[in-house]
Amino acid sequence: MSLRRPAKDQPESFEFNASSLEAANVIVAKYPEGKQQSAVMALLYIAQKQNNNWIPLAAMKYIAKFLDMPYIKVYEVATFYTMYNLAPVGKYFVQVCTTTPCMIRGANKLVEACKEKISENECELSNDKSCSWMEVECLGACVNAPMMQINDDYYEDLDKQKTLDILDKILNGETPKPGSYRGRVNNEPENNRKTLMNLKNA
Amino acid sequence: MLKDQDRIFQNLYNDKGSDVSSSQERGDWVNTKEITDKGRDWIINEIKESQLRGRGGAGFPTGLKWSFAPKELGSRPHYLVINGDESEPGTCKDRDILRFEPHKLIEGCLIASYAVQAHVCYIYIRGEYFVDGQKLQAAIDEAYEKKLLGKNAAGTGWDLDIYIHYGAGAYICGEETALLESLEGKKGQPRLKPPFPALIGLYGCPTIINNVETIAVVPTILRRGAKWFASLGREKNTGTKIFCISGNVNNPCNVEEEMSIPLKELIEVHAGGVIGGWENLQAVIPGGSSMPLIPKERCETLKMDFDACVEEKSGLGTAGIVVINKDQDIIKCMARIARFYKHESCGQCTPCREGSGWMWRMLERMAKGDATKDEVDMLGDVTNQIAGHTICAFGEGSSWPVQGLLRHFKKEIEKRNNLDPIVQKKNNIPYLVDQHLLDKKNA
Repeated sequence: MSLRRPAKDQPESFEFNASSLEAANVIVAKYPEGKQQSAVMALLYIAQKQNNNWIPLAAMKYIAKFLDMPYIKVYEVATFYTMYNLAPVGKYFVQVCTTTPCMIRGANKLVEACKEKISENECELSNDKSCSWMEVECLGACVNAPMMQINDDYYEDLDKQKTLDILDKILNGETPKPGSYRGRVNNEPENNRKTLMNLKNA
Repeated sequence: MLKDQDRIFQNLYNDKGSDVSSSQERGDWVNTKEITDKGRDWIINEIKESQLRGRGGAGFPTGLKWSFAPKELGSRPHYLVINGDESEPGTCKDRDILRFEPHKLIEGCLIASYAVQAHVCYIYIRGEYFVDGQKLQAAIDEAYEKKLLGKNAAGTGWDLDIYIHYGAGAYICGEETALLESLEGKKGQPRLKPPFPALIGLYGCPTIINNVETIAVVPTILRRGAKWFASLGREKNTGTKIFCISGNVNNPCNVEEEMSIPLKELIEVHAGGVIGGWENLQAVIPGGSSMPLIPKERCETLKMDFDACVEEKSGLGTAGIVVINKDQDIIKCMARIARFYKHESCGQCTPCREGSGWMWRMLERMAKGDATKDEVDMLGDVTNQIAGHTICAFGEGSSWPVQGLLRHFKKEIEKRNNLDPIVQKKNNIPYLVDQHLLDKKNA
């Protein structure tokens, strides 16, 4: 299991803004009547998005009331799943995959780059508080290893220099282009593709 | 090598678009009504005859699973749930289906929903695939617009709504009952089986759960016939499969190939060979991290299908092939996998929650050479205490890779770790030693 701790400094209150409220109502409508508890995961995402990438305890209480369920059940969900950030992570949240398929392709170089550019330790905000990084488990892009995720986007086929360049860009407030950084098309073999050639050449 | 026209996922590399009209050019949505008009029994029979086995890892026959759904619709509605919580290290096939072949999946959902009498289908996608999920959502929206979903979907007379539900970074939610818990808005901790989800599943209603790839191949099987599908591969291991080849190969890639293709052909032809040549190969994990590794000698002749991998005491799993060459420290690789399982254990059953951490810490020390001689056997003992003693298959999944390492690389570990035991055998101090180890002579 992973260790998860809510942040020490918590805001007093939390409320959905108009656009979050609209999104939340759309989500609740997806599930059968009386089963609105199913929406809790999606609502936590909405709260996280609205609150600068992390979920305060006040938001969990608010969602519990919103879905008419006990607060502890929301707290359980928020602390069980690792994608809910319980403490501030900054505007750009960098997740470096270091599980075996990425590790044997050199994911430790990406970690080095993050240490140089963002902060010495993982889950620690950079000097300007805009960015943090952490090692995560498999992100499911193993044939594009090594890779990392910044907010919602995947950056694939990296090496140390390319990672440094990407991190420079996000520290300057730019959004680099997601996808492969060796110029390959999706998940095809880079050289010498042997399948579906008539489609490729069409 | 499989002929191009026999490949089901023509758009695997997104050479063409993934919208409705380009999908129709590839044959999707063309005669959906004709298929459903043949009736539920025909569909389920055809899938049974095609011998399609689930692509999510366990390889359970799909047609058989569908036939478990109650024949008559009772007071409770039926549900179809698609498992797209692809988190097994080494596997990234479902992602390509979600983003490049969404209409194969959506059409498969319609046909499968019709076959098991479900009017609502939930597609559970791992939270990290948010961008790919948005692409699937766009495809679903387009399908609604073109009347391929909703009331009287695609003119079949069947009503179907499809909703996407995002996970949030829990590997365990790929286990079907944990996935249902997660869908219900709870912690993803697996349920005891029986009752099986086909009778009591989502919200206590009959639920059929299938992997993304399994459902996405269904329309093509029904169009081209069970005989065609069964003619590929070999008996009980039929059809095509998307293989994800990652690790130390020259061109890591996803490729759709016939079942029972030799592993060597996959690596040499499609993935451009092992880095440093075939001789530099150390071991291969054939089916995602939870399957035991296979050393080089056995890789020469290994055929990639469910039964052949089981004969090698491993498994096809999700067909996520991780190639490890001799430049890597095999103990370190397995220690990292053990760390993965320690991180992802849901914490429900004690053997798994405690044992996964135990295995990780022992392997980390063994990688550094900080372990004693007797700990190698103790590690094997720990794996046996976990496997088979948990509610779900996570216990097996976390201990099999370690058992595989011990089976094939025990000498390597022993060579590196030759510290003397802390408790010498001659000093018989029972309270310092685990009681179960005392039964053995070498404890």
